[in-house]
Amino acid sequence: MSLLNLNQIPVSELPKTSLVARFIAVGAIVLGIAGLFLYIGGWLTPKRLTPAAIIDTFEKVNGAHPGFRRNHAKGVCVSGYFESNGRGIALSKAVIFRPGRVPVIGRFALAGGQPYVTDAPRTVRSMAILIQLPYSEEWRTGMNNIPVFPVRSAQAFRDQLIASALDPATGEPDPAKLKSFLAQYPETAKAMELINHRPISSGFENSTYNSLNAFRFINADGVVTPGRWSMIPVQPFTPIDIADPGKADKNYLFDALISAVHAHPLQWRLVISIGRPGDPTNDATIPWPPDREQVDIGTLTIDRIDSEDTSPARDINFDPLILPDGIAGSDDPLLSARSAAYSQSFTRREGEAKQPSAVSAAETEK
Amino acid sequence: MSTPKPRTQFAIQSRILHWLMAVMLLAMLFIGVGMVASLGHYSLLVAIHRPLGIAILILALIRLVNRLCTNLPPFPPTMSRQERFLASSSEKLLYALMLILPLVGWGMLSAGHYPIVMSGPVHLPPILPANPMLYALLRQAHTVLAFLLFATFLAHLSAVLFHTLIIRDRLLDRMAIWPTRQRKKVKGDGV
Repeated sequence: MSLLNLNQIPVSELPKTSLVARFIAVGAIVLGIAGLFLYIGGWLTPKRLTPAAIIDTFEKVNGAHPGFRRNHAKGVCVSGYFESNGRGIALSKAVIFRPGRVPVIGRFALAGGQPYVTDAPRTVRSMAILIQLPYSEEWRTGMNNIPVFPVRSAQAFRDQLIASALDPATGEPDPAKLKSFLAQYPETAKAMELINHRPISSGFENSTYNSLNAFRFINADGVVTPGRWSMIPVQPFTPIDIADPGKADKNYLFDALISAVHAHPLQWRLVISIGRPGDPTNDATIPWPPDREQVDIGTLTIDRIDSEDTSPARDINFDPLILPDGIAGSDDPLLSARSAAYSQSFTRREGEAKQPSAVSAAETEK
Repeated sequence: MSTPKPRTQFAIQSRILHWLMAVMLLAMLFIGVGMVASLGHYSLLVAIHRPLGIAILILALIRLVNRLCTNLPPFPPTMSRQERFLASSSEKLLYALMLILPLVGWGMLSAGHYPIVMSGPVHLPPILPANPMLYALLRQAHTVLAFLLFATFLAHLSAVLFHTLIIRDRLLDRMAIWPTRQRKKVKGDGV
C-alpha cells in the first residue's frame, strides 16, 4: 500500500487480537454514522410515510401531469391588495394588522390533481394568497370552501387519496374501499357529513374560504391566542344549480370568476375566529362552536385575473407556514405535513416543462 | 524576527473553529436529510436549517481567512506523499463545500420565490431572481453537494480513526482541544 509509509507504522507492536478489535471499532464508527444518516433520510425504511410518498400517491391516483401542482392542479391567478383596518393589533404584533394597504397575489383552484378536469359544483374550491408585507415578510395561506378538513393526520390523508381513487372500470371510487376507510377513521365520517351538507355558492366569487387548520396569534405583550380564519365574500351568496352545471363549458366556474373580476373588483372580509380554551387546535376535522368571537381585520380586494401561463403566482408555493412574525402554526400536525408535501410538489413541478393551463390567457383576457 | 518553532498543533482558534464547525456541519447534514423525509418534524427542522446554514457560511468565511493567515503543523512522518496530497485535496474540497452549500441553499430559496426567514421578522434578501428551472437546478445541486460533503466527511473521519486507533501516530493530537501526551511532555520540558 503506497498510501502509507509502512516502515514508519508500528502496527506490528499491537497484539493481533487488539488490532482486529481496533479495525472493527473504526468500521463500526464509520458505518454507524453512515447507517444513521441513511436511516434518518428514510432509505432504510421504504414504507415510512414521507412527503415524497404523499406526492407519489397523488401521481399514482391522478396520473402524471408534469409541470402542474400535484393537488389543486387546475387554477387561475389573481392579484389585488389587502387593506387592514387595525382591529387585529390587539391580537397580533404582525405588520399585517397595522392599518394600511399591502399588495396581494393569489390563485383560485379546484381541489384534485387533474389540471384539465371539468368544473363541477361539488368540487372543493380554494383560494391561495400571498400577502406581501414590508421588510420582505409574507403571509401565505391556502383556504378551502369547506367548513372542516376531512382528515386530521397525514396518514389518514394518504389513505383517503387511495380509498377515493377512481376505479378505471366504473369511473367511480370503489364503495367498499371508501366504506372501510370511513370505518377506520370515524372523525372523517363526521367531517364528511358537514362537508357534504355545506351550502355551495354559485361560484368562486361568492364562496367563503376557510383556513381549516388553527394558528397562533402573538401580540406585542407576548399573549398567544389560537385562531382560525375565513375569507367571507362581500359578493352576496346565491346557491349553485347542482342539476345543470355544465352548460357545455368545461371551465364555467373559472369563466364566471373571470367575468366577475372584469365587471368589478371582488372583495372578501378576512375574519378571525378566536378559539377558547378547550377548542381543539390540533384537529382540523372538528369545527369550533359558531358563537366564537369573530374579529374582522380587513378587506381583500381582487382586481386583476391572469392565466397561470402568464402569472408569477404559478411558481409560488402557498406553504401554510410562511407566516409573518406574530402569527405561528398551532400544534396541528397537518400544518407541518402540508408544508413538507407542498415543498415536494413544488420541487418536482418547478423542474418539469410547463404545459398550457386549462384556463388560458385568451380566456382571462376576454 | 526570529524563526518561530514549528508547530505541533494547529493554532488554538483553528482547533476551536474545527470542532465547532464539525458539530454544526454534521448536525446540518442530519437535519437536512431528516427534514426532507419527515412530515411531522419538517417545519421545525427547516426553521433550524436556514439560520444554521447562514451561521456555517459566516464561520466558513472566518475560517478561510484564518486558514490563509496561520501556519500549519507538519504532517506526521507516517503519512506518505500520496496520503498528504489526498489530505490536502480533501481539505480544499471541505472548505469549498462549507462555503458553496449555504450559498446554493440561499440562492435556491431566492430562485424559488421563498422568503429567506432567519428568525422572527429577520429576513435575508434574495441573491437570485425568481426562476423555476434555476430553483430546480439549485435544489438538485444542494442535495448532490450535501452527499458529497457527507462522503468527504466520512473519508476524513475514516482516515483520522485509522491513524489514531491503528497506526497510533497521534495524528489527532494536532487538532486536540483536550490535554494530549505531547503537550504534557512539552510542559515537562519546561516550555
